[in-house]
Amino acid sequence: MAFLEAEDLRVTYHPRKAPVVKALDGLSLDVPQGTVFGLLGPNGAGKSTTVKVLTTLIRADSGRARIDGIDVREDPEEIRRRIGVAGQYAAVDENLTALENLDMVGRLYHLSRTDSKRRAEELVALFDLGEAKSRPVKGFSGGMRRRIDLACALVISPAVLFLDEPTTGLDPRSRLGMWDVIESLASAGTTVLLTTQYLEEADRLADDIAVIDRGQVIARGTADELKARVGGRRIQLTLVSADDLPAAVAALQRVGTGAPDVSGDGRAASVTVAEGAPALAEVLAELARQGIELHDAGMQRPTLDDVFLRLTGHAAEDGEADETEGRKGS
Amino acid sequence: MTVAADRVTTSLEAAPVPREPSPLAAWFSDGWITTRRNLIKIKRVPDVLVFTTLQPIMFVLLFSYVYSGSIQIPGSDYKEFIMAGIFAQTVVFGATWSGYATAQDIRDGIIDRFRTLPMRPSAVLVGRTNGDLLINSISMVVMILTGLVVGWRVRSSLLEGLAGVVLLLAFAYALSWVMVFIGLSVRSPEVINNVSFIVLFPLTFISNAFVPSENLPTPLRIFAEWNPVSALVLAARQLFGNVPPGMQVGDTWTMQNPVQAVLIGIAVLLAVFVPLSVWRFGRIGSRA
Repeated sequence: MAFLEAEDLRVTYHPRKAPVVKALDGLSLDVPQGTVFGLLGPNGAGKSTTVKVLTTLIRADSGRARIDGIDVREDPEEIRRRIGVAGQYAAVDENLTALENLDMVGRLYHLSRTDSKRRAEELVALFDLGEAKSRPVKGFSGGMRRRIDLACALVISPAVLFLDEPTTGLDPRSRLGMWDVIESLASAGTTVLLTTQYLEEADRLADDIAVIDRGQVIARGTADELKARVGGRRIQLTLVSADDLPAAVAALQRVGTGAPDVSGDGRAASVTVAEGAPALAEVLAELARQGIELHDAGMQRPTLDDVFLRLTGHAAEDGEADETEGRKGS
Repeated sequence: MTVAADRVTTSLEAAPVPREPSPLAAWFSDGWITTRRNLIKIKRVPDVLVFTTLQPIMFVLLFSYVYSGSIQIPGSDYKEFIMAGIFAQTVVFGATWSGYATAQDIRDGIIDRFRTLPMRPSAVLVGRTNGDLLINSISMVVMILTGLVVGWRVRSSLLEGLAGVVLLLAFAYALSWVMVFIGLSVRSPEVINNVSFIVLFPLTFISNAFVPSENLPTPLRIFAEWNPVSALVLAARQLFGNVPPGMQVGDTWTMQNPVQAVLIGIAVLLAVFVPLSVWRFGRIGSRA
């Protein structure tokens, strides 16, 4: 039996003056202990709703979910004693200092006064917040806020750590820092459920990925397995002159399994092929015959963007149901 | 920033294990922790406190010196008459803060943090209303001192005077729970300000707070005599010994028995809105 499992969860929102939204439409998951599980999907796919159900914030209309054998609906308080939650909105009290926030969370987990204080000091040291520990969070940078938010989720050693879009809105440097932390937690054996709309993030952090769309899991597997489902490789060309683009597209068209994509500046084109190496050799030979100069040519495995497009028929950035999954679901 | 994996491992192994205190102990502890959070906020963001103390001082001075020359209360001094009205108006509007702050906490996501912790749900709301009771108490002290400076006196006994203050604060506390419920139910904190403006302005001004209700046009007089704020003002005025002799207060039961009416009102508001707010708290987010 999986450590965290959800079966056929359904959640329906009834917004005023708007059609009913099936936020979760029969979603099932199972996460083995000690693994990082990535929930990948665009805005409005149902990622946050899934986390809200599993963290007892909302009740599913039907279906069941268990963590370590404890039913989320029947015994929410027992669940709350075991989980840590960090979210994209960095839910800490702006007016409290880093230490005060951590101490407040510790006391609300019902740690003793001394345990709570000691743990707060440990966590500010661990998360490199030592110098800022006695300053109100109000003045913290985005990256520091995420760290204090994550630290709040680690006041106890959680059976499952929920990270709801942990790097959304962070600058690239802070994002890399956050990834390092999550990787450390994973290698320390923490069970993590991570939601993200960044395909690169799921690829790097998650052992196992569920791609969700419109409240359902539409694909499941490791990043490699998902990429393999798209099949083949991608050939990319970058031309010296944009004038040669039609000829390059024509060459790609002959070997590709689909229509070639052309990049914004009109000097790069790519196509998915069944067999990478022979196709690349053929394209290069053809372009050399025509005397077309190349800046760069290469072959790569498909990205999770390709996977998403293939599985759903629309791109991952597509946020059509965006408004249905705000903070309060409002 | 780098966090070494072995440090994380050690740290997680060293993490304390949550205790399971008795429900009552947990409730008191949670209530205190969330109250403390609000007290720290009062200390660190003094805007609220400054506003809730400066505004009443201005009201006391304004009514005492600007209006008292023109508004004649037979058998009494307008300053003495007006003070219970200003007290009531201030604490009633002060209760709005509970709703605003609750809605703000939801927007900030801190309520979601609380709701994923193994704490008593009602404790968050208790912490909120306790903090606001403190703010209202400070406002009261400031107003009483300002009132005494401009010449207001309690004409009854010290004990009755204290009872009047406690009654005002208790009513405000009950109203805080109503506002908390509204705060849990609206979509944004700004709505609270509009609601309080639309509801509380008529309630406080179409009452006996600033003028005797007997002089109002009949429809407004009837409204004023049934108005709970009128009962609160009259109750406080009676307890302070500030009711002008011979003033017609009105024939309604609430005007004839204002202290009892206010006590019943407090009990009803708490009995309805405490459970309702706790229920609502558990359902935040389950609507679109």
